[in-house]
This record gives sequence, C-alpha cells and structure tokens, in this order.
Amino acid sequence: MTQPAAPEEVWITGVGLVSSLGEGAAPHLAALERPVPQPVLDEEGFAPFPIHPLPPLDLDRQIPRKGDQRQMEPWQRLGTYAAGLALDDAGARDRVSDMHLVVAAGGGERDVALDEQIAAELARMPPERAGHVLNARLAGGLRPTLFLAQLSNLLAGNISIVHGVTGSSRTFMGEEQSAAEAVRVAAARLREGRGGIALVGGAYAAGRWDMLLVYAASGGLWRGPWAPLAGRLPRGGMVTGSAGAFLVLETATHARARGARGLARIAAVASTAARRRGEDTAHAAAGRLATPLLSALRPGYAVLSGATGMPVPTAAESAFLAWLRDAGPAQGAVRFTADLIGHSVEASFPANLGLAALAIGAGRQPQALVTGFGMWRGEALALLEPVTEGAAA
Amino acid sequence: MSPTRDPLGRPVVAVTGIGLATPLGFGVAESWAGLLAGRSGIRRITRFPTEHLKTAIAGQMDLPEEAGRGPFSSPERVERMAAMTTEEALTMAGLGGRTGFPGPLFLGMPPVEVEWPQRLDLARKIDREGALRYADLVSAAEGREELFEGFLFGGVAARLADRFGTRGAPISISTACATGASSIQLGVEAIQRGETEAALCIGAEGSVQPEALIRFSLLSALSTRNEDPARASRPFDKTRDGFVMSEGAATLVLESLESACARGARVLGLVLGCGERADSFHRTRSNPDGGAIIGAMRAAIEDAGLEPGQIDYVNAHGTGTPENDKMETLGMRAVFGDAPPPISSNKSMIGHSLSAAGAIEAVFSLLTIRDQRLPPTINHETPDPAIPLDVVPNVARDAKVQRVLSNSFGFGGQNVCLVLGAAP
Repeated sequence: MTQPAAPEEVWITGVGLVSSLGEGAAPHLAALERPVPQPVLDEEGFAPFPIHPLPPLDLDRQIPRKGDQRQMEPWQRLGTYAAGLALDDAGARDRVSDMHLVVAAGGGERDVALDEQIAAELARMPPERAGHVLNARLAGGLRPTLFLAQLSNLLAGNISIVHGVTGSSRTFMGEEQSAAEAVRVAAARLREGRGGIALVGGAYAAGRWDMLLVYAASGGLWRGPWAPLAGRLPRGGMVTGSAGAFLVLETATHARARGARGLARIAAVASTAARRRGEDTAHAAAGRLATPLLSALRPGYAVLSGATGMPVPTAAESAFLAWLRDAGPAQGAVRFTADLIGHSVEASFPANLGLAALAIGAGRQPQALVTGFGMWRGEALALLEPVTEGAAA
Repeated sequence: MSPTRDPLGRPVVAVTGIGLATPLGFGVAESWAGLLAGRSGIRRITRFPTEHLKTAIAGQMDLPEEAGRGPFSSPERVERMAAMTTEEALTMAGLGGRTGFPGPLFLGMPPVEVEWPQRLDLARKIDREGALRYADLVSAAEGREELFEGFLFGGVAARLADRFGTRGAPISISTACATGASSIQLGVEAIQRGETEAALCIGAEGSVQPEALIRFSLLSALSTRNEDPARASRPFDKTRDGFVMSEGAATLVLESLESACARGARVLGLVLGCGERADSFHRTRSNPDGGAIIGAMRAAIEDAGLEPGQIDYVNAHGTGTPENDKMETLGMRAVFGDAPPPISSNKSMIGHSLSAAGAIEAVFSLLTIRDQRLPPTINHETPDPAIPLDVVPNVARDAKVQRVLSNSFGFGGQNVCLVLGAAP
C-alpha cells in the first residue's frame, strides 16, 4: 500500500440495485418521489407472511455462462447480478482485477423439498433410528452443487468468478450490521490508501421458507395483509423484501483519473452495536455515532431510514430521530425504505445507501442520512453528500 | 528501544495473548506438546451414527459440559470454544477484566443455520394430517426466541462481545478455509489504521455434524481412510486422498507494540504482514497457474517489508487434498525458487479445522518461533516426486526461525497469507 498524505475522499461511483420494484435507477427514484408507497407484494406465496418478491431478471445479461447460473441458487444469482449492475453503472469493468470486494452474506437456499420429506419421515421415528436414516436420506438426496450454493462466502466467490473481481475478497456475516461494517471497512481501507476501488454490498432473497423460519422464531414477522411501517406500530412487525444491492466505492483520485462520475460522496459511515439492555440502548448508541456529524448536517437533510419494523429498534430509532431534530438543523423528509422495497436484511444498508446516492446524484436531495437499526443488534449511520468538484469530469 | 512503526509508518502489531483448543487438547500447552510429539487428534466420530457415510472420522472436539446430553449445535460449540480460548488468551495478555476488552472483536466462524435436531424437534410438534410443509415448521418455530438468537449469523459474535466487553460492532467473517487468517488481518488493519490499540481475533469451528460431513463428502474433498484415523490426514504424501474435517478454536490478542510496551506486557511475537488475493477460476479449484496463491504469498511478504529469502519456515495450508498440496508446491517454488524454506502441515495431526485453521496455525507459527522448533508433517510415508519440498517429515526438529509465512487458501478462491515474526 502507498499511504496518501491526507485521508482520501470516498465516492460512490456505481449503484447496482435490484428490488421488487425492478432494477436500476428509474423505478427506485420514482418510488422515492411518490408520496404514498406502491409496493410490489406477494401476500399469498408465504402466507401468513407478506413478502416483496424478486422481479424477473434477465440473468444472461449479467451471468452469461449457463454453467455459472446452474452453480447458484436465487440468492447468489441475485447478488451476482446486482454486483454486475454496479460495475456497469460505474463503468468499472476494466478495473476488476485490482478491485477489493466485501460482501455481507447470510446463507444460501436449502433444498426445501428434501427438508420437508426428511422431516416428515423422521419425525415419526424413534430418535435412535432417525440418526441412521438421516444419513441415508442426506447422502442420497443432497445435490453436490447445492453445498456451494449455500455457502455464505460463495456469493463473493461467484462475483470473483463471473465478474473477475480479484483484488481481495471478504465476506462478513451477521444480518444488517454485517453490511454496515462491510461498507465502513471498505471505505476506511480506501481512505487510507489500500487500493483505489472497491465493490461492496449484499443480497437477500425474501421468498424462502428456510430464512422465514429463523425470522419467524423472533415472533416479529408481520402477519396478514401488508401495512406501511407506521401502521404496524406499536406492536411492530417486519415485512421482508428481496433485494440485491452493490456499490462501487472509489477514491476521488481514482475516479478522477479514469474520468468516472461520482454519484455521491460518503461524508461519514459509522456503526456500533449496543447491548440493548439497561442504559446501553440503541437510541443512545446512535446518538454517540451522530454527535460528530451534527456540525456537518445541512438544513433539510433527508433521512432514509432502514427501520425494520421490529418494535424495539424501531421505537429506539424514532426517539433518536426526534433527538436529532432537536440537536441538529431542520430535518427534511424521513422515508422508511421498508415501505418501498421491504426489509432486505444484509442488503438493506447498501440498498438504502444506493437509494440515497441515486437521489443525490440526480440532484433531488442536498444531503441524506441513512440509518440502519438492526432487527436484533447493530446501529449504523451514513451521511451522503453531492460530489462538489470534478463531478462532471 | 525497538521501532513501534513499520517501514510504511504504520503501528507495529504485537501478539500479547494466545489461546488454543484443538483435537490435541484444550489449552496452548497441551495442543503444542501434542503437535511437537507428532500425535494425531483424528479419531472415529462418536457424536452421531456414521452408517451410510463415506467418511466416519474427524477431529471431533467434545466439550466437558456436553457429557450426558445431546451434542451442541455448531453455533453453540463455536461460541463455547471461542470463549474458552479467549479466556486463555486474555489471561496471558493480562487484558480485559472488569472494564472489558479495550478494542473490537473479529470472529472467524462458519455460516450458521438451523440444524437437524432443531428441525426435527419442530417437526415432532406438528399435529396435522397430510404431508409436512415448511410452512408448518415455520409456524411451529414462531416466537421461539432461543432459536432466533441461537441461529442468527451475528448471534455468536454478539454474545462473545457482550461476555468480553469488546468495543463497537463485532465483525463475523467467513472466507472459507482462510477465515481464521482473515480475522487476524482485520484486527491488524484496525490497529494499523489507528482505530484501536488492541483487537481480539478469533477463529472457531464446530461443524462436525452429519450434513456438513456429507456436503464435503459429495465434493469428494474428504479422506475416506476410516480404518486408520490417525494416519488419514497425509498432507504432501503421495497417497493423500483428501482432508479430515476437524474442530477447534484459537484466539489472538493483538495490540500495537507501542501500547503493549507502554503497559509492560510480554510480547509473544509480531504480525509483520498480511496478503490476500482472490481467484476467479473455479468454485473449488485454484487457477492452474497458481496466480492467486502466489499473489497472496508475495503480497504478505511484501507487506512485511521482507524478501522471500528472509522467510525461515512456512506453516502450510497443507490440507492433504491432491489438488491443494500440488498447488501449494507450485506456489512455494514460484515464490521461493529452487531453495524454498521448510514447510510443514499442522493438519496432518489436527485435521482441517476450516474456519479456525488460519488462527490456530498463526498461533502454532508463533510457538514455532518461540521454541525454535519446527512441528512435523506426520504420515509422510510415500514421498510425492511432484512435491520437491522439505516437509519436516514425521519428526519435529530444531531450527533457527525468526519469520514464518502462514498460508490459508479457501474454497471460493479466497486466499490469505500472514507473516509472523519474533518479538523484538
């Protein structure tokens, strides 16, 4: 690494965004402008839980080899697809060999039919016999390729294979917070001169019983017909949404040198994890993250809230935003992105940064504060601003 | 007074505490003694029935508190072993205590999912005629908060962060077989960036359960020498037939050398450099040109400000798969030329502890420097003419060792190498 004399400015020069609303800038900018959300929903397929489904994807455009498509399941395909969109948006296909990659990942799809079949058979069996039969059914039923499609780090692996991103590859795990840390670490490395360009993001496929099982266990999934986040309170409830969201981050120097346009500048990204008990609340933790940003906030700054709908963090975020209204300049509109595209767990923070970057890049917002209060743990903030000079380079 | 900044002006990173749990024993002393003695920790699996399985051996780690109850799930095993090795490392470092650990947590661990015992437990609660559907399992799971918190990807790290009082948001990382090395690299970078004076880096693995074993088996990655477990893991041997899955954990307390010296801590060694390179060739195989492996090895040596000739010993990735050992040999010859330093594989004795391996091997590398003694590669019976390397066959030996390169190469093309050095 070569150390810059002063910390580098980091820009978002590419956004790859896929959600139930569609792909790319247009449907997402339109959704941000609409005063009343018009979400795309599937209320039957995973009833009683509504979800925001995947849009149809022309996979061949981003994953040209059928062999690669077959090695993945929807979650990895969605992420790999969105990563390709980000590279295209940044015009950075020729920079992939030295591009650093940080992915926030959950797990890939299980073979749901096989699980159902085995669970049905073994549930009626004495446990001492069940173990033997489990081995036989798994050994005979599991497809070899499915293992790789399930492995968390293989989303990054597929992005390397399909798009050639090989500077480095790291996969962070841990729901929403893993993505906030992924963005923070990727930006911090660029700022200190460890490379000039990075790809960071995540994906979440909401239409999956195996994932719903874990989140349903929280007791916090919203049941029945969809309602906007404000209408779900105070009891709360989470509606998950499919999304693939990747960002190309780049130092201003690197972007200028290749004549790339910056959509937005990352003025700050910070995250922490309150224990959420006693005085160590999410509200207080976010307040500590926001305090150094107060002087940078401009009147009318927009808030893109990643609120999940889970009661505890959503209430904490309301209290935090109220505190911020008192402590800082006049707050602009607060949008709950979960009302537009659902809550997309690992993809949520990068998707919301992507939405903010698109809005700023299109000149629709003077500044945007992105929040990420995780459903169980993790508090994150990012402040995006217009790129001030050299923007048209 | 030794310099506390490296040639690039970054804080020098010291290791002031280590903890180990391996199939050779709990604790640094027992694991290291077993390794130097050339003992194998591989045995027949007793945790679950092995009928219908091609592989029935592993470096299975039974925890004392597991006696008389069903086996722990993988996340629970990972958490308990990580806690154990972290206690050992913090005691050695003299850090932590009541005020908590003065830095962030980086946890290398396997991906987490609800496992068969939990799934079957839910299935047994379903009281409905007709075919079982996933919706029924989900409905039976609703409101079971212990399942939610137990199987969240971020759950283990959050609980460890709480227990040891680490600062900020913990990071859980998975880079396949390079995971443990990645966790150390994240800690090194955080200290070099000046974000913290100390970092807690852990690699932990606890995945010896039927489905994980079968998944690796289906990739033809595992040794099937079930009849002679201690001789099954044969890195660099001509008759090697795959790796042996194992479990374990390691913790390293990293500190800036400056801060360690200021508080009078005993420095066990230094992390001199880290290198990484991703491969875009194939999901389970390296590019035959070895580019990414060679790139990661060179990057680590360069990051340490060294020349290849200054590396005294290499702690191999050395899994014992035909493919890995061939590629690692290619890398060794490309980086070091015709006279590479000795290289040995801990995995010949402890098996491949996957997410923990990089961290465990970093600890063993530091102990190699401390004792000036190279651990052997056991089960080296039939040399492979395609592997012209000094693999420290079968018996440990004394050597002058100041700097060690530790290799970790993962499925999905994620390669990380570390250079560890003697305390100043």
